Amino acid sequence: MVMVNLILILLLGGVIAMLSERAGENIPRRVALVVIMLDLAYLLSELWGMPSLTQLQAPMPDDPSTWLMHFKAQWIPAFGISIELALDGISLLMVLLTLVLGAIAVSASWTDIAVKHGFFEANLLWTLAGVLGVFMALDLFLFFLFWEVMLIPMYFMIAIWGHENRGYAAMKFFIFTQASGLLMLVATLALVKVNHSATGQWSFSYFDLLNTPMPEQTAHWLMLGFFIAFVVKLPAFPFHTWLPDAHTQAPTAGSVILAGILLKTGAYGLIRFAVPLFPEAALDFSWTAMALGAAGVVYGAVLAFSQSDFKRLVAYSSVSHMGFVLLGVYAWNELALQGAVMQMVAHGFSTAALFMIAGSLQERLHTRDMREMGGLWQQMPRMGAVAMFFVLASLGLPGLGNFVAEFLVLLGLFQISPWITAVAALGLITGAIYSLILMQKSFQGEPNPKLQDHGLVDFAGREMLTMTVMMVALIGLGLYPQPVLDMAQPVLQSLLEMTSVEAMP
Amino acid sequence: MNTGQLMALMPILMLSLTAVVLMIQASIKRDQGLAWWITAIGFLLTLWGAGYAREFTQPVTMLLMVDDWGLFFTTLILVASLVTLILSKDSFSPEGERKEEYYLLLVLSVLGAVVLIQSSHMASLLLGMELMGVALYGMIAFPEKGELPLEAAIKYLVLSACASAMLLFGFALIYAATGDLSYGGMGAKAAAAFSQEPLVLMAGSAMVLAGLGFKLSVVPFHMWTPDVYQGAPTPVTGFLATVSKGAVFVALTRFYLDGQLYQYDSLIMALSVVAMASMLVGNWLALRQDNIKRLLAYSSIAHFGYLLIVLIALAAAQSTMSSELIGQAITFYLAAYIVTTLAAFTVIANLAGEDDSKSMLSAFEGLFWRNPVQASALTVAMLSFAGIPLTAGFIGKFYLIMLSIQSQLWVLLGALVLGSAIAIYYYLRIIFAMSKTSGTMIKTESRAALGAQDIVAALLLLLVLALGSWPQPFIEFAGAL
Repeated sequence: MVMVNLILILLLGGVIAMLSERAGENIPRRVALVVIMLDLAYLLSELWGMPSLTQLQAPMPDDPSTWLMHFKAQWIPAFGISIELALDGISLLMVLLTLVLGAIAVSASWTDIAVKHGFFEANLLWTLAGVLGVFMALDLFLFFLFWEVMLIPMYFMIAIWGHENRGYAAMKFFIFTQASGLLMLVATLALVKVNHSATGQWSFSYFDLLNTPMPEQTAHWLMLGFFIAFVVKLPAFPFHTWLPDAHTQAPTAGSVILAGILLKTGAYGLIRFAVPLFPEAALDFSWTAMALGAAGVVYGAVLAFSQSDFKRLVAYSSVSHMGFVLLGVYAWNELALQGAVMQMVAHGFSTAALFMIAGSLQERLHTRDMREMGGLWQQMPRMGAVAMFFVLASLGLPGLGNFVAEFLVLLGLFQISPWITAVAALGLITGAIYSLILMQKSFQGEPNPKLQDHGLVDFAGREMLTMTVMMVALIGLGLYPQPVLDMAQPVLQSLLEMTSVEAMP
Repeated sequence: MNTGQLMALMPILMLSLTAVVLMIQASIKRDQGLAWWITAIGFLLTLWGAGYAREFTQPVTMLLMVDDWGLFFTTLILVASLVTLILSKDSFSPEGERKEEYYLLLVLSVLGAVVLIQSSHMASLLLGMELMGVALYGMIAFPEKGELPLEAAIKYLVLSACASAMLLFGFALIYAATGDLSYGGMGAKAAAAFSQEPLVLMAGSAMVLAGLGFKLSVVPFHMWTPDVYQGAPTPVTGFLATVSKGAVFVALTRFYLDGQLYQYDSLIMALSVVAMASMLVGNWLALRQDNIKRLLAYSSIAHFGYLLIVLIALAAAQSTMSSELIGQAITFYLAAYIVTTLAAFTVIANLAGEDDSKSMLSAFEGLFWRNPVQASALTVAMLSFAGIPLTAGFIGKFYLIMLSIQSQLWVLLGALVLGSAIAIYYYLRIIFAMSKTSGTMIKTESRAALGAQDIVAALLLLLVLALGSWPQPFIEFAGAL
């Protein structure tokens, strides 16, 4: 029930936040913050007494009782559909990331939102609820449901509170994800049907569908259905074109959630579903996937370099960083997978922070165009220093979380293919170039005379607090990544064991 | 005919009685309000009759087949008719217009639909369809003012006449080949007739399917749809989209099943082409519409294209599996489609009334902030049409995809996915327009805080969500039919 409650708290919290606007414009965001904190506290208090947390045992993919938490209730028995939620190390990491970044997104929306405060915070909370569902659902029907339903509040966030070209961006975002989701639905139903023919039972449960015997050809097509849905969300080259528009046009809190959390659902889907459900097909396909990943790393970086829009640059850098995740997943060995998981967490913080800085700049300057910035450090030294920190994190400075992630991915990948590793390593260099360009054009160099009398306000208490949380997180991940690795390790171990028995004799 | 058979006809009897009472009332004292109440009570009695008749399911003469499945759809279209009635009450009544006849036409049209649903013979099929159609011309052209309704009615009249002619010619050919006009008899003798005169039988069946296809407005028989949808008074459009199309589809299914048409590859081929063309053309043309009624017209073309998949899947299913899933699929999809369409037209009738400029997309801008109940209902209806989870439309689509996979109809499945992907765009356009915070805010007359129409919209909204998020009871119910 704990997991159901986690989702319900957010859903109900959304309703309360919406209604609370009648009490005043400032109330909804406070309600939203309280709701997320409550959710987080509830989760932590439930985890506190759990002995298995300190000594995580490997959850067997086909045995629910070995998982950290497991919940199952009948829903549509006619098709063997149930409300099945479960938590293991990786999902727990993602759930924690979601809640923490959710709180940060509320903070980002503090002054950014001008109209309909209540409805905005409600949409934010509902998106979070949907994402939590995606990370915990182990019934494929339920997973698809959360996958689709979380789009709707996100769509509203972009379409109502976005910037100048919001209609186009919101539409593109929705259509890309929905259309690729349809492919996943078809693949899911086909998988269920294959399982039904083999066993005579309808079931959408992950545990039942693992190890479904099927012809090679079938497995290939079905795997592709899942793969496309997940890499569109990730996004990987060449399915990334929705991302720059959506991220640029979304309000700051929306960008934080999109980049910080929503992209991770794609990566999570690959690790949890696309590979384990079709290990052999995935192995055959891994070269294509890794090639796409490497292409994404370089291509994203090159495009990021040529942007003049602050937010668009950060958005393209996400494409580059997510390329590492794709590489890590399809290298499919422990080091690389650890790196991919690490990258999901670290990228969540570093990009969320950069989007918040972009949002703060837009709020103060009413532009995102870096050609109209310059020398901002002099007027806003605190913001400059913070930006410097996250830019360095993003380019992979040793000692910060992103470095650990990318290093692990490259290390694991090297065992599989030195050549692809060499291409991907280019991403580290190009990453440094675009990141420093970002810093130079906006915060350093000659101050733009037009901005002199703008009366720019530096970061104050609330913003500094939010930024500090993320800085501490990144430093922690960089200097002592072991807790995160320990949480993910048993899960990855068991996934590797399960797929290796069949796929890699 | 014994008493049991008479009881089985209870819905038809009740509707006929209502029609007679309405006629007598009009000749004694003309009163719109009274006529409305008589119609409403008549529909409620018929609803009761449909429940009562469940005790007596049996074939009644060779013309009608009263079974649970037919009675379920009878109930469904009566609910749709009740909604139409409520919407009609003050939707179009400028002074001086007399509406007693409108209610009479409505009752007759519903009577035709019920006969159509229960028909098991080509004579009753034609009777039901003509009764429904002829009454509909009158309903479409009922507003005295404006050219659009008249144009729509004439268009519908002429094309329906063509469709009926094709239908009749088809009947004649089938009769020539098999010597039987009841579905069952035709099915039993068709196999022998096919081996002797395949062309006559095929041509006959194809013409019947084309005639029914006109009423369902599947491509290439769809030309009339957008104009009629736009021109007809909005409640009538809703009626046409739900009652008329639903009843015709049920009749088509019976004809196709009992006539055992699924055995013939050439017919299946033709149906597949029609289905694919409907999905793609319907969705493609809907992209370019700015009038929400025309948009929904094209969307309905696509939806009947989707639904035809079920009939095609049936052909493949004969050898491989039980048809239980197929029956559920038709029932669920049609029910979901009808409820969703009703929700959409309730909102449109409520907001746009008969003013054609108010059914433009731009008139819906900012609706979320002006009228949240109606806007939510329309949003959920659009999401249901688009097949987003938690709505009835999603479970319907779920069935269709499952069936296509089961019967390995990969090409049709591809068209379904492509069509749905295109469709998201125009459904989202409507939602986007409603969520706009600025823009031209068209003033609507302020209604009472929560009018009857708001309640209807809210109920339909809940129904769409309930069917989508808790479908198990309905699946069990549909499985038992």
